[in-house]
Amino acid sequence: MAAPLLEARKIHKSFAGVRALQGVNFDLRAGEVHALVGENGAGKSTLIKTITGALTADSGIVRVAGREIAHNNPGFARSLGIAAIYQQPSLFPHLTVAENIAWTLERGNMWRPVAWRERHRRAAELIDRAGGSIDPARLAGSLSMPEQQIVEIAKAIGAGARILIMDEPTASLSDTEVESLFQVIASLRAQGSGVVYISHRLNEIFAIADRITVLRDGESIGTKNAKEIDSAGLIEMMAGRPLASVFPKRELPIGEVALELRNVSSRGGGVRDISLSVRAGEILGLAGLVGSGRTELAETIFGLRAAGSGEILVQKKPVRIASPVDAIAAGIGYVPEDRRRHGVVLDMPIAANTSLASLPAISRRGWIDRTAERALADRYVTQLRIKTPSVYADCSTLSGGNQQKVALARWLAIAPKILILDEPTQGIDVGAKAEIHRLMGDLAERGIAIMMISSELPEILGMSDRIAVMNSGSVSGILARAEATQQKILTLALGHKPTGPSARIRE
Amino acid sequence: MRRSFSRELSVAGAIAGLFLLLAIRAPGYFGSENLADIFMTNVPVLLIALGMTLVILTGQIDISVGSMFAVCSVAAGVFAKAGLPMPVAGAAACLTGAFFGALNGGLVAYARVPSIVVTLAAMVALRDGLRWATQGAWIEDLPRGFQWLGFSQRSFPAASFLIASVLTIAALWGLRHLPAGRAVYATGSNEEAARLAGINTRVCVFSVFTLMGALTGLAALLNSVRFNQIPSNAGLGLEMKVIAAVVVGGTAITGGTGSIMGTLLGVILLGVIGPALTFLGINAYWEKALQGAIILAAIAADGARARVALRGLRRYASSPASTRA
Repeated sequence: MAAPLLEARKIHKSFAGVRALQGVNFDLRAGEVHALVGENGAGKSTLIKTITGALTADSGIVRVAGREIAHNNPGFARSLGIAAIYQQPSLFPHLTVAENIAWTLERGNMWRPVAWRERHRRAAELIDRAGGSIDPARLAGSLSMPEQQIVEIAKAIGAGARILIMDEPTASLSDTEVESLFQVIASLRAQGSGVVYISHRLNEIFAIADRITVLRDGESIGTKNAKEIDSAGLIEMMAGRPLASVFPKRELPIGEVALELRNVSSRGGGVRDISLSVRAGEILGLAGLVGSGRTELAETIFGLRAAGSGEILVQKKPVRIASPVDAIAAGIGYVPEDRRRHGVVLDMPIAANTSLASLPAISRRGWIDRTAERALADRYVTQLRIKTPSVYADCSTLSGGNQQKVALARWLAIAPKILILDEPTQGIDVGAKAEIHRLMGDLAERGIAIMMISSELPEILGMSDRIAVMNSGSVSGILARAEATQQKILTLALGHKPTGPSARIRE
Repeated sequence: MRRSFSRELSVAGAIAGLFLLLAIRAPGYFGSENLADIFMTNVPVLLIALGMTLVILTGQIDISVGSMFAVCSVAAGVFAKAGLPMPVAGAAACLTGAFFGALNGGLVAYARVPSIVVTLAAMVALRDGLRWATQGAWIEDLPRGFQWLGFSQRSFPAASFLIASVLTIAALWGLRHLPAGRAVYATGSNEEAARLAGINTRVCVFSVFTLMGALTGLAALLNSVRFNQIPSNAGLGLEMKVIAAVVVGGTAITGGTGSIMGTLLGVILLGVIGPALTFLGINAYWEKALQGAIILAAIAADGARARVALRGLRRYASSPASTRA
């Protein structure tokens, strides 16, 4: 057999000391679909980016059709026939399909008049080869998600791509749309192209992939023929790691039910029929893959998303939450995932950020009591060990971990009954992470009910009293601390039916 | 919400330098009549600039104030001629402004139309609507009580000074000490974060536009009582003058940072410079060019600050957090 279409050997890549890839090997043969699987953060996207030239590896070799690529960059990778199709297609919405396709294919004289007829004919032909039937004159913005993907594939075919990388292409597709995408992939395979297929959905992987490579913590764990392994074996390969660190989890008395959801659905459909409860002093971990509806659930509880149906009870009393103002009045705090965009106001000082949700409480006769505000900020700076020269320093001057503490301080200032933390330790360093975990314990001890969304399984397992796992907008299972394992969580998160008697659905 | 008072200091320095030059070269500038004249011309600019500071702080813009100023001026005259007592006519002029401000604010805050579009439409519609309604005629034969608001010509500047001072101090204080002021800064810095912190950002934007309208009405009233007829084309180009003063005073055009003190200094700098040129014997045609240069210098300073902020963001973007798979 000839050299593989694509070969990556011993790829290393670090970001500021964090090792994202540690000697990863990967190869793709002509006429095969090679699936790349792993948890969030395993290094799949980093590997893809080094192949497409978006990132430069620290060391390692990438070969395309046996030829070593010394200085990769996106344009060069494309000229070698590498094309990537992402979860979110990147078309120009205000241009037509034909123009979008032409944009990448017709490079040349800026002043040569466009041959419209030729452009449309060619676009139609490429779309046909990609397995679609879309009028090239339509605006890209009017296309459905699968149609947009077809256009992306048509672009790739038009560019002569023989190596197609698809990163979660089915994340926003319905079942029938997935089916038609698979037909396209099958025909590409028949034409001798190689497809790198990244997905969290194991059933899809077994349906389409010829070989499967598992990444974990930046290392390639193994490559298997799809026929040689079953989903249980795959999950074990993905998860099989001991808990990375010790979590400061304390056994605390659990109190009354603080927050209860009864059949809650959001109007947009991101959250479907969720029933859950969190007790005072309890940490409920909310696990699930990216896009499984965890953030949407938090936003529904906090009034950022219109609740379609169902009931929310705070301390056993039904509450109506139509806006964050209502949620705050009900004693709910929400530390959002993207702290720089949503968690803190970067241009405002720590003091103003801390008091932002509790201004009425520190106001006297309608004025902000600056002494009280300063005292409040001082208290939390001390209590949460926020490292800053002054409470009047702007939040933009703080490190990520300290910004997160300010975001947390704002909600502690309202004396919440319920605190929702969305990825509370994402992107902060190890020391700050441990501190946030310790703080969560302190808060639970004070009787606050905590709901923690996290994509990090060790964090979920280490910090939670109970774990609710979400899949496609609903809760696929709730596990008690004692019975939860990475395998069980992953199985539920991937939408497989619970296998053991322990993974039963409660409530 | 400001790190330092560097902008205020540099604008104050520019004013001081100009005054020093005038004191040496043209001491006549400081004659009480000239100063009073400069002051009276700029009271309306200051009042509107206070409102504009709030609007820009929330991340919006209002370019309809010039047209609104004309509408309110004419309205004040019409109400007075209709026989309304002067305090009522004055209040009605302010309410007229508040009404159009609320219309702008409603469209921006609730219908989510960009403020530049809304107020551009209002600017054209109000200006042309007024031209159509008055047929271009000026309002004349105003009742006796209209002039000087019933004050004497001598005491009116003092009254204006009092009104302007009270409102400036109120704005200065309110932005610093009221939860509402905090809401203005938070909304302008990061609307989404403010909303997540439980601030009703729509009410905030709506109220700021309404206040802007009311202040424009008041400015129109204080301006028109100085003359015995009201031109139907009053306030042409006023919006640019006001926005320039606010920007020169250090309020970021993107919202979120700025201060009333800066705006006050900006109004003073741009207000004193025109007459100063005349006194210094420089052709008055240079006034606009010089104002343009001052604005450019101010914006360039903002640009430098923004670049520093951008560098910080890039550092963040290249950190491992955002590159995790």
